[in-house]
Amino acid sequence: MRIYVCVKQVPDTSGKVAVNPDGTLNRASMETITNPDDLMAMEQALLIKDKNDCQVTVVTMGPPQAEGMLRELLAMGADDAVLISSREFGGSDTFATSQIIAGAIQHLGLEKEDIIFCGRQAIDGDTAQVGPQIAEKLDIPQITYAADIEKEGDCVTVKRMLEDGYMKIKTSTPCLITCIKEQESGSRYMTLNGINDCYEKPLQILDYEALKDEPLIETDTIGLKGSPTNIFKSFTPPLKGAGVMLTGTDREMAASLAKALDEKHML
Amino acid sequence: MDFSLTKKQEMLKKLSEQFAVNELEPVAAEVDESHTFPEENFKKMAELGFTGIGVSRQYGGSEGGTLEKVIAVSEFAKVCMSSAAILSIHLIAPQAISRYGTEEQKKKYLPRLTRGGELGAFALTEPDAGSDAGSARTTAIFDRETNEYVLNGTKCFISGGSRAGVVIVFALTDPSKGTRGMSAIIVEKGTPGFTVGKVENKMGLGGSETAELIFEDCRVPAANFLGKEGQGFKIAMQALDGARIGVGAQAMGVAEAAVDLSVKYANERVQFGKPIAALQGIQWYIADMATKTEAAKALVYHAAYLADSGQPFTKMAAMCKLNASENARFVTNLALQIHGGYGYMKEYPLERMYRDAKITEIYEGTSEIHKVVIAREVMR
Repeated sequence: MRIYVCVKQVPDTSGKVAVNPDGTLNRASMETITNPDDLMAMEQALLIKDKNDCQVTVVTMGPPQAEGMLRELLAMGADDAVLISSREFGGSDTFATSQIIAGAIQHLGLEKEDIIFCGRQAIDGDTAQVGPQIAEKLDIPQITYAADIEKEGDCVTVKRMLEDGYMKIKTSTPCLITCIKEQESGSRYMTLNGINDCYEKPLQILDYEALKDEPLIETDTIGLKGSPTNIFKSFTPPLKGAGVMLTGTDREMAASLAKALDEKHML
Repeated sequence: MDFSLTKKQEMLKKLSEQFAVNELEPVAAEVDESHTFPEENFKKMAELGFTGIGVSRQYGGSEGGTLEKVIAVSEFAKVCMSSAAILSIHLIAPQAISRYGTEEQKKKYLPRLTRGGELGAFALTEPDAGSDAGSARTTAIFDRETNEYVLNGTKCFISGGSRAGVVIVFALTDPSKGTRGMSAIIVEKGTPGFTVGKVENKMGLGGSETAELIFEDCRVPAANFLGKEGQGFKIAMQALDGARIGVGAQAMGVAEAAVDLSVKYANERVQFGKPIAALQGIQWYIADMATKTEAAKALVYHAAYLADSGQPFTKMAAMCKLNASENARFVTNLALQIHGGYGYMKEYPLERMYRDAKITEIYEGTSEIHKVVIAREVMR
C-alpha cells in the first residue's frame, strides 16, 4: 500500500504579509511554511502508517526551494518524496496544477489499496479546488473535510466534518481524501533521528520532460499561459465594523433591531 | 571562520523552537512557581530524541555533538530555563557513559537514559566541596568478598537528583590519595542505602529539582564502576568542560529572548506620546544588550566547534560560560528595567528570566572558579 500526501509550501501569513505593487503576494520576501491543512493530511497518513505496513510518499509541485519542506516531512516519517518542478509548470492555476499532480501520481503508479491525501485548502489561494480536481482527473472517489480515517483492506471509513455535524462515509480505494486542520491532535514533530535520516531518503524530481507524455497532462493547458484562470485585480477587503449586542427583553430587543434596520433603510 | 549551521542543524533549531514554543513555554511559569518537574515534557523530549544527543544510535541515542546540544538547550532557554537546565544537565550522564562506559554499561544504561525517558544526574558537589571539588569526602570502599563498592557520604545541590534513575556518583575509592583516589560509579535509583535528602527551595529554576543525596552503606556492584580507579576527578572535570558549554547555551538563550522581548516591548510601550523605543536611552540599552549577546553567542559556538572537532576546549568552555552567564545577568537586568513595573510582575516572564539567569553564574563552577581555570590556561 502506498499513501501519497500532496503538500504545498505557502507564505507564512501569521507574520508580515508583503504585497507587490500589482497586488500579488511578494512570496520571495515572506517566510515559507508547509500549508497547515497539508500537515493534517500528513498526520493522517502517518497514523495509518503507524498501524499498517505502507509507504508514505510526499508530493509537491513548486520551485527547487520546496525541497527543504519535503526534507522536513521526511524527518517527520515520510518514506520518500517527489518534487514536481519545471519552468513550464510555473504560474499554473488549480486546473493546471491538479492536472500535473494527477499525471505525476499516475506516472508513479496508483494501485488498488492506495490513498491520496491532500489538505482541504492552502492558506495562500484558499480555493480548496486542487484535491477534488486531482480525484476527478484520476477518476477515483473523493471525500472532503475529513477528520478521522479508518483503513480496512481496500476500504476507508471517513468522518467528514460539516458545519452542523458530521457524516461517516465508507468508500473503496484508491481514493482521495482532503483533511482539515480542526482536529484535536495536531501534526507530529520531526524527530532528531528523522532529521539525521532525511537527507538519505529518496527524493525524486519530476520535470516537464518526465511528465509531458502522461495522458492526463495536456501540455497546452499547463503553466501560466495555459491556465484558464486570470487575476484581473486583487485587493484587501474593507474591515467589517464591530457587531452590536442588543440587550433587554425580547420585545425591547426586537424594537431596537427594527429601529436599527429602519435607520439603514433595510425595512 | 564559518559558524553557519548545516541544513540538518537548521532543522534541529526549527524543531527545538517549535517544541519550546508549543510544549515548554505554556507551562514555564507554572513549573517554576509550583516547583514541579515537567514530567510530561521530559517524556516528550525523550520520544523526539533530545535526551539522546551526543549518544550513538546503536544505544538509543540521536548522534550529534556539542553544537546540537547548544542548539536545543539555547532554544529551550528562550522560553523555559528550567527545561533547558534539565536537558543540559541530564545529558552529562549519558555522554559520560558513552565515553567511559564498558560495552555492558552502555547497553544497560544508555537506552534507558535516551529513548527510555529516565533522567540522569551527576553527583560531585558536597556540603564542604563546592568549588573545591577535590575535598570531597564521600567514599566508595571495595569489598572483595562481595565484589561490590560500599558508598558512604552526602552529595548536595544535585540537579535532578531526587528523580534521576541513574546517577553518576564521584567518590573516593582510595581516600589517602585525594583527588587521585576519586572514582566514578553508576548508582541506580532504589539501590538500598541510597536515599534522597532535602529537596532545595531555590530562587529560580523551580522546574529543575535540586536535591541532597545520601549514601549509607550503599552497595553497588563492581560492574557499575565507570572508567578506571582513580580516574574520577578527570572524568568529572571533562564532563564539566562539556557541561559548561551547556550552561553557556542556557545563558545565551535566555539573553537572546530578553533582547527580543525588550525590542517588542519598547516598540509597543507608549510614554510621553511615543514608543519608548524612540528614546535614545532605551536604544543604547538595547544596542549594548544585543552586542554583548552576539559576542556571548560567538564564544559559545566557538567552544562547541572546538569540542566537536576534537581540539582542546577547556579554556574556551570556561570563557564562554563566564562570559555568557555574566551577560545573561546583565541583559535580563536591563530587559527588566526596560519593562519597568510590568517586568517586576509575575504576569510577565522577565522576573523569572532574571532569577533563572543568576544561577548560570554559579552552577557548573562559579564565575570566580572559571577565572581560575582561564588564568591557569592563559598564563601557563
